Amino acid sequence: MGNLSIRSVSKQFRAPHGGATLALDDVSLEIAANECFVLLGPSGCGKTTLLRCIAGLENPDSGEIWLSGERLDTEPPFRRKVNTVFQSYALFPHLNVADNIAFGLEMDGRKRRDCDAAVSEMLRLVNLEGMDKRVPNQLSGGQQQRVALARALAKQPDVLLLDEPLAALDLKLRRSMQFELKALQARTGITFVFVTHDQDEALALGDRIAVFSEGTIRQVGTPRQIYDEPASRFVADFIGETNVLPLIRHGDAVEVAGQLQPASSVIGATDSDAVALCVRPENVRIDPAGALSATVSSAAFLGSIMHYSLTLGDGTMLRMNLAADATEQPTVGSSLHVSLRHLRAVGP
Amino acid sequence: MTSQSFPGRGPRWASAPALAFLVVIVGGPLILIFLYSWLSRARFGVGISWTISTDGYRKVFIEDALDGTTRLNAQYLRIIGNSLLLAAITTVATLVVAIPMSIWMATRAARFRSLLVLAVTIPFWTNTLVRTYAWMLILRDNGIVNNRLVGWGIFDQPVKLLYTNTSTLIGLVYTFLPFMVLPIYSSAERFDFRLAEAAVDLGARKRQVVARVIWPNLRSGVIAGVALVLVPATGAFLQPELLGGGKSLMIGNLIQQQFAASRNWPFGAALSIMLLLVVGIVLVISRLVGHRSTAPSLVA
Amino acid sequence: MARGFDIRRFPGFAGASWAVLAFLYLPLVSVVVYSFNANRLVTQWAGFSWKWYGEVARRPEIRDALSLSLRLAATATIFATLLALGGALGLTAMNRRGSGLALALIGAPLVIPEVVSAIATLAFFVLIDLPLGFNALLLAHTAFCIPFALLPIRARLNEIDHRMFEAAVDLGASRWMTLRRVTLPLLGPGIMSGALLSFIISLDDYLISAFLGGPSTTTLPVFIFGMIRNGITPAVNALSTLLLILSVVITSFSYYFGQKRRLS
Repeated sequence: MGNLSIRSVSKQFRAPHGGATLALDDVSLEIAANECFVLLGPSGCGKTTLLRCIAGLENPDSGEIWLSGERLDTEPPFRRKVNTVFQSYALFPHLNVADNIAFGLEMDGRKRRDCDAAVSEMLRLVNLEGMDKRVPNQLSGGQQQRVALARALAKQPDVLLLDEPLAALDLKLRRSMQFELKALQARTGITFVFVTHDQDEALALGDRIAVFSEGTIRQVGTPRQIYDEPASRFVADFIGETNVLPLIRHGDAVEVAGQLQPASSVIGATDSDAVALCVRPENVRIDPAGALSATVSSAAFLGSIMHYSLTLGDGTMLRMNLAADATEQPTVGSSLHVSLRHLRAVGP
Repeated sequence: MTSQSFPGRGPRWASAPALAFLVVIVGGPLILIFLYSWLSRARFGVGISWTISTDGYRKVFIEDALDGTTRLNAQYLRIIGNSLLLAAITTVATLVVAIPMSIWMATRAARFRSLLVLAVTIPFWTNTLVRTYAWMLILRDNGIVNNRLVGWGIFDQPVKLLYTNTSTLIGLVYTFLPFMVLPIYSSAERFDFRLAEAAVDLGARKRQVVARVIWPNLRSGVIAGVALVLVPATGAFLQPELLGGGKSLMIGNLIQQQFAASRNWPFGAALSIMLLLVVGIVLVISRLVGHRSTAPSLVA
Repeated sequence: MARGFDIRRFPGFAGASWAVLAFLYLPLVSVVVYSFNANRLVTQWAGFSWKWYGEVARRPEIRDALSLSLRLAATATIFATLLALGGALGLTAMNRRGSGLALALIGAPLVIPEVVSAIATLAFFVLIDLPLGFNALLLAHTAFCIPFALLPIRARLNEIDHRMFEAAVDLGASRWMTLRRVTLPLLGPGIMSGALLSFIISLDDYLISAFLGGPSTTTLPVFIFGMIRNGITPAVNALSTLLLILSVVITSFSYYFGQKRRLS
């Protein structure tokens, strides 16, 4: 129970003075039951629109959405076994914590006094015991977040939609909430669909990630696949840090910063739609036997890593990360040779 | 498919009762009074007779003497002129006071500011009759001011203060001052006084700061305030009635008399239409000069 | 440039402002003070006395006028607030043009001079044979109270985060349940503030009540007006003071709800 199937969904928004933006352009996705699925992309890429289509707050122009083998998009929102944790929570300010959590249960026709057991169970689930009589503006951001979570989970949905739920929290709290959410998802067995623009959050939380851009899905995969095997320059650039170099082919060889390398040493170089070369900064290695000579132009200490900017012989800039405790750390201005591991040719 | 309408939006028909009610209770009388202004006076008793006539409007300008001759009648024109003049002076007087006061209020600390707003709002919502009566108590022959003047030996006799144009004017200024202060204040409150500091930093003199930076930001409040004072002051009734007596009549009193005492409904209706025209012109002008219509926040 | 230059300081503005506040309040204070004057000559102070309040309490026609005014204000407030509430909710579903027209109609009583409303409504009621008296007063009062009730309700409605409604729908609320359990409770302070303003405005009216009440239905302001016309007695001061206190209390309440509305 709880597998979502999104089939060719499109949604267009018309601007007040003519013109239209395509928020979703023929999007198809299969989300498995009990999966923590992340929709990742820059703001305005359509990920929230997709979430709202699943919730029933927007209607797709075309396409279908199915949940557990049943058509979902034709149902009114209140008949969908789907609930949402809203961005900035949307807690009802006139109701206390317990009444907020009980709200959805009452809408199913239950009497308020019959909800108490379910409410306390939810409060326990999100570690808010004893907070039931507080009103939302007496709670911290993190506590409000937990109430929003409890309120949506109280309805025991098949799918929980989370719209940037951690965006309003500070960095430390965000990190710890990510672990809690992951644990909660595993414990409840509910399918999570999580929208975020924060790639670290996506990597930390997602069983699988769909990277969105301009209303289309650019890549779907596990965090490791997305990071290690980006399908496009956009994905490589958006997830983590990457060096992007022009791809110049010379018959069987590929030119990398003025040096010819056999195409077989570059992953994906034979793909016809490849347009650029990508290499992660941590895959740039100091290698006395390396083909590329470089000068260190700047260095920065970033805690666990050292970050270097290198200038290659032909003037190309290259970023390199070394573990901060590595024994060999070059000085600014020094010359060295580097080699590139996992060099990958990608599409646009 | 689910309903496309936005959740939380009320159904459109919800406003139907209010709109229907107002069309009948406000629209009906207005249309009627327009009709009446083009009809003639009932020959006997109260009301109108259903024959078309321009007598109502004619009476504003022309007097029919008993011998059948007609001549220009300045009596009513003088009252209309007096109304416009008093309303204009009231507007200017309240404006002159309200601008510095609004700027002063807007530059106070937040807590004190909201107390000051309450202090200006209370008279605004206080019973107009009582507020006007208070000035009768102060200005009449043996009123508070005259008692002091005579008691301190400044004058032997009480000075005539009540039942003059001046006492009407005091009453109008007193009644409508909050109408001017509140909208200008709400513009001034929105103004970020750091902008004025930036202007000073860029070398502007204080006069230039006021003219170039502060004034443009007060403009919408001033336009709203002028409309809010000019419109009701032109049609004022209570202040000239109680403080002006027979000496300082305004168009409002003239209209009231046509329906209460003299019983000339077409004339009263014609005067009403003329007053509405003045109001309409003021509102249209204020709309045109105020590039953005800022709804004055009269309600705290 | 002078030392200690401060653009927030305008010499003379503070003095002028305090003078304005004094101008606004001294007349009201003098009414209150002289309401305790023992002397029958209103402004000749002759010691402190409660006797005029006693006289006000004893006169049955004052009690009748007060009770009529309160009943009228309360009824008009209920009708005006309900109509304004529906109006505000319906306005949200209209397009720009429609809501502009509707707002112009609702705001009309604010810009039409009271004397014109009074005589026009009188002529209209005479034409449709509606007898002058309480019902005529109720219709007219309701009409001019609607815009005052609508303003704070509409302001509050615009302030509510639209995600509240989405959250309600997401949690399974129907349109009616959303209205009952979310919209109306959140509008509470706005409704309260609108109702209080309606009440004050109804209580404030003299001219329309004088025309539409007819000879036997006398509201408190109409009664006070008559008293003033018959010669000023200290009883007028006592009655005015009571009306003043009522206005101040209601305004302060309304202001309090307005603040609450803003803070939440």
